[in-house]
Amino acid sequence: MGDTILYEVLNGVATITLNRPDKLNAFTHELNHDVRKAVKEASTDEGVRAIVITGAGRAFCSGQDLSGVDESIDHGEVLRNSYGPMVKEIDRCEKPIVAAVNGVAAGAGFSLAIACDFRLASENASFLEAFIHVGLIPDAANLYNLPKIVGHAKALELAILGEKISADEAKELNLVTKVIPAAEWDHQVRAFAERLASMPTKAIGLIKRNMKAGWQMDLHDYLEKEAYGQRIAGLTKDHQEGVQAFLNKRKPEFQGQ
Amino acid sequence: MHNLRFVEATVVDGVGLIELNRPEVLNAINRQVVSELVELMTAFDRDPEVGVMVITGKGRAFAAGADIHEMAGDSPIDLELLDQFADWDRLLSIKKPVIGAVNGFALGGGFELALACDLLFTTETAQFGFPEVNLGVMPGAGGTQQLTKIMGKRKALEWLLTGEKMSAQEALHFGVVNRLIAPELLLEETMKYAKKVAKQPALAVRLIKEAVDKAVDYPLDEGMKFERKNFYLLFSSEDQKEGMSAFMEKRSPQFKGK
Repeated sequence: MGDTILYEVLNGVATITLNRPDKLNAFTHELNHDVRKAVKEASTDEGVRAIVITGAGRAFCSGQDLSGVDESIDHGEVLRNSYGPMVKEIDRCEKPIVAAVNGVAAGAGFSLAIACDFRLASENASFLEAFIHVGLIPDAANLYNLPKIVGHAKALELAILGEKISADEAKELNLVTKVIPAAEWDHQVRAFAERLASMPTKAIGLIKRNMKAGWQMDLHDYLEKEAYGQRIAGLTKDHQEGVQAFLNKRKPEFQGQ
Repeated sequence: MHNLRFVEATVVDGVGLIELNRPEVLNAINRQVVSELVELMTAFDRDPEVGVMVITGKGRAFAAGADIHEMAGDSPIDLELLDQFADWDRLLSIKKPVIGAVNGFALGGGFELALACDLLFTTETAQFGFPEVNLGVMPGAGGTQQLTKIMGKRKALEWLLTGEKMSAQEALHFGVVNRLIAPELLLEETMKYAKKVAKQPALAVRLIKEAVDKAVDYPLDEGMKFERKNFYLLFSSEDQKEGMSAFMEKRSPQFKGK
């Protein structure tokens, strides 16, 4: 799948592990590319119904690997060629994506975490808008996604002041779904992801699609979009299963179809 | 309609559905495809059971480009004598409305086929483009003319000069397509609209399309006169009498297409 990540599928969950632990999983062009390819693979693999992105070692992702950055770099082109395609692939993916933030998520690592649908934070995790400290703006869609999660004022504060946020603070900001004790980390991440993988996958995809669309539509257009969405969901086997299970007072078994 | 190899046709509730069926080559358009399309559409145009046509592609593309191998060795004289674009001219003279349901890539000749349709419904993920320039040539089946008439000189040139792909959202923004529809529902929604049009009084639909087409090329004064003649002409139809009687009698009209 690529030299900079690990990719594994188990019980309907694809786990993408950023695997440059000695560099705190810092992004290189290759890592951007490998993550994009892995998300695409998980998107098209019918056996996958939930995706986890996490980091090997003690960091989630420390952001851009600055060792390759010098005066000759065109920062705009780096974004167009490396980060943009990765962020678009994540955005296109209709399966639920969980960022399992095991340690520091700084700079573009923070951006990666908030490009995902859910964030689970280890008690050891932290978040940092590092860009301002090197005179840059948060990129990889960071300023696009962050205000939607924490609100405009808070996002501005985080982006400009660049202060480190602990896992507990992140929970208070609604930046993460849950903070998990280190001892229970693997177990709880897997349980959360497998729970998502057992849900009606198509409906999850449509919820993601519609909620994103709503940000850029007026009510009139959105209601039309909603009608499409419910029509599609209404044609799924999982909808039939859900209704039957309800009528027969049993637990539904969704197949993701 | 005999020996159709690359296109499939069915008639459903007054809609002539045409599906390009070469998914293994992303429905690339070769001379045979165009010739089959013309044959089929001409037949539908004369078929009283068909009120409107829908064109779509099977698989993940609408139609991605032309068959390059077919023309790579042609000389200008070969092309003049073959006169392959005459078939494209015939596509434009179809009298009944043609709706394109663009399910994926519409590139080169595929984009030209889309532009030859009267209305375009498309998926949110469809992409359009004229990559011809990157092969040292240019669109030859109406691309430069049709796109410019729709989006204006400046925007059309922007795409034509680089061959870059236009997203469905951009196509909607510049009026190249009518509607963006979720991929899962493209055909269903297109057919829903097509069936609605198929139920309309056929002569009125036909003369409206003809008049709107003139609006694109005629000066306003000529266009107004053309419109008027068509308006008068409809007063010789049975459907006009039925439509107006039904309106006055507060009942639903029963149109016959005559």
